[in-house]
Amino acid sequence: MKIRTGEQLLMLERELRMAHDHKPCVRVCGGTGCRARGSEDVLARFQELLERKELGGSIELKFTGCHGLCERGPLVSIAPSEIFYQSVEADDVAAIVEETLEHDRVIERLLASDPVTGTRVRREQELPFYRRQHRIVLRLNGVIDPTDIREYLAFGGYRALAKTLENLTPEEVIEIMERSGLRGRGGAGFPTGKKWRLARAAKGTTKYVVCNGDEGDPGAFMDRSLLEGNPHSVLEGMIIGAYAIGATRGIIYVREEYPLAVGTLQVALEQAREYGFLGKAIFGSPLSFDIEIVRGAGAFVAGEETALIAAVEGRVSEPRQRPPYPVERGVWGCPTVINNVETWANVPVIIERGPEWFASLGTATSKGTKIFSLVGKIRNTGLVEIPMGMTVRELVEEIGGGPPPSREIKAVQIGGPSGGCLPKDLFDLPIDYESLVEAGAMMGSGGLIVMDDRTCMVDVARYFMDFLRDESCGKCLPCREGTNRMYELLTRICEGRATESDLDLLEELAQVVKETSLCGLGQTASNPVLTTLRYFRPEYEAHVRERRCPAGVCKALIHYVIAADRCTGCLACVSPCPSQAITGQLKQPHVIDQSRCLKCGLCLEVCQFGAVEVV
Amino acid sequence: MQEIEAIIERYGAERRHAISILQDIQARFHYLPKDAVLHVAARLRIPLIDLYGLATFYNSFSLTPRGEHVIQVCLGTACHLKGGTRLVEALERELGIREGEVTLDGRFSFKAVRCLGACALAPLVVIDGRYQPKMTQRKLTQIVARLRRVREPAEAAR
Repeated sequence: MKIRTGEQLLMLERELRMAHDHKPCVRVCGGTGCRARGSEDVLARFQELLERKELGGSIELKFTGCHGLCERGPLVSIAPSEIFYQSVEADDVAAIVEETLEHDRVIERLLASDPVTGTRVRREQELPFYRRQHRIVLRLNGVIDPTDIREYLAFGGYRALAKTLENLTPEEVIEIMERSGLRGRGGAGFPTGKKWRLARAAKGTTKYVVCNGDEGDPGAFMDRSLLEGNPHSVLEGMIIGAYAIGATRGIIYVREEYPLAVGTLQVALEQAREYGFLGKAIFGSPLSFDIEIVRGAGAFVAGEETALIAAVEGRVSEPRQRPPYPVERGVWGCPTVINNVETWANVPVIIERGPEWFASLGTATSKGTKIFSLVGKIRNTGLVEIPMGMTVRELVEEIGGGPPPSREIKAVQIGGPSGGCLPKDLFDLPIDYESLVEAGAMMGSGGLIVMDDRTCMVDVARYFMDFLRDESCGKCLPCREGTNRMYELLTRICEGRATESDLDLLEELAQVVKETSLCGLGQTASNPVLTTLRYFRPEYEAHVRERRCPAGVCKALIHYVIAADRCTGCLACVSPCPSQAITGQLKQPHVIDQSRCLKCGLCLEVCQFGAVEVV
Repeated sequence: MQEIEAIIERYGAERRHAISILQDIQARFHYLPKDAVLHVAARLRIPLIDLYGLATFYNSFSLTPRGEHVIQVCLGTACHLKGGTRLVEALERELGIREGEVTLDGRFSFKAVRCLGACALAPLVVIDGRYQPKMTQRKLTQIVARLRRVREPAEAAR
């Protein structure tokens, strides 16, 4: 069925909503985290039980995108009572059906508890993790079934497109984007409206809009969750963008490592075509536009826009000099707008609710919200959306729930390998583009990794450098050689073989790579090194001067010892030790022979009495 | 070769589809067999060196066959912080091969990968496509030992 007018769309929306209302609904999270914890089995059990009890017609069952609180998966939410169950296993399903669905009773043991008060919480919104968020882009993630366009339509989906095509000129759309203050969510923060204006003005009969879904930052899964949980919001944004700049072709570049996202997108594209949102004469307007998927074959540098263009054209993903910028010469030499997944998903919301509303969120220069994947040494690992300007502290402590028990948070790393580490005394910094850059980090695409006192900052810098030297495409010398040399220097420091002058050399080299590299990868590659040197220099100095790793991470500088007073002599560590370095008798304190010890840490892992220490 | 031909047909024998074609071949055979790459080069009329360039540049491609059991250790940032590197070392010890290699008997191969986007499960190991959350060295060596003992039914019957 093709939708031709906004009026038809509204009628369909009303119809769909009527059909959905009133019915109780069970939503099982189908995000990657929950799936890995067995949510598919939970879903299957629900299906089986509802069928057996002949409840299939009166209760809706949905497999949704990511709910966000990955730490407590598999997650199940029940409407309209809004009961929120966590860590649900297939064996819990029978109880949920019987107690909650049939008799309206809450199962206490499956409820989440408020980490501060310790009381059980019934509703999602009562948890600090959700309460402090502001979900605009993620509003339907975890609510709708991403494989059914009717679900998106029932919540007002494609209304913004209808409004755009029926009431707005391309100029007006661009003006709205400019007034909204939306900036690129991929990291650099270029004003979206300005980019569109440049592409509209560029000469060319064929123009492209591209969605950059090459989410390569380790520790980041925002774009993945969005594509998997609400693909139509991205498509709708792209179609509006195509109208604004006069594009006829669209490309979604998405990592092959995200097979679920690729599959969900394929379904979404087919359904959008079926309803006439893609194809010829969309909403009866002169706009003809379609989108194809290009799967990325695994190259971090492909996130850089000119390298992405090379990959789309089937070449090795190497960046080129800019200008000309892609808005003038992009895919196949045509004017091209490349925006990140999250940026596109913001577009329909801005059209629908107006630029003034959007601009009222956030700070003076950073408007709207930002999605972060909050990971690392933190209680609530998950996907969160916060208004710009929230402080790092609020994000980490209130939403993230603070450090794991008996640990202390030391720093956060924002912006992936291009970003920087911020120490805890900067946690009152507001999260906006400018403040982060000033502090030496950057917004990046939204990976936020929390580090505690057991994290060595030199090791972290070395980790990112290892990643970057591996992913450097090798085209320009500063990045190709510089990342390798910096990695060598960092390795030397981690192994306790460095001298004071190595620190100076590292700093100097980092500066050179930053200033002379061709593309964003190299220009930002030094950030992890420079920020750790800036904020955690004493840690570097301990490695160099005292041959000591304060966090107890760097293998060459640590020893495992058994504290005789805590060792119960249980023998648990003796046989697993791969190098037979541990000797001891039952009920006698054990001893590690340092000359044989491989420092694998297995004894620490198996000891139940905390007797193994790192010194 | 028929299969390769079908894959090429799916996209069209054009240079711009080279990556997609290689991706599908990789997905089907779990590596890029030499004959297949030669065939693609001939059909797309592009120099073999260009395909070799693509195959070695992108992380998705492998030029060597993989083991019967495939183990991926995630080394994304969260997994690194929570001990992913130690899991790589444990596997190297246990299997007697380096990261990226295949055991001599062809039964195991393992690779470190950069972030699978399931950071709540860190440190994460994927064994034969199954996500194994919050992995420890102990659990990992036990799983490997179990896989070693269990032969595929077909193989056991032989």
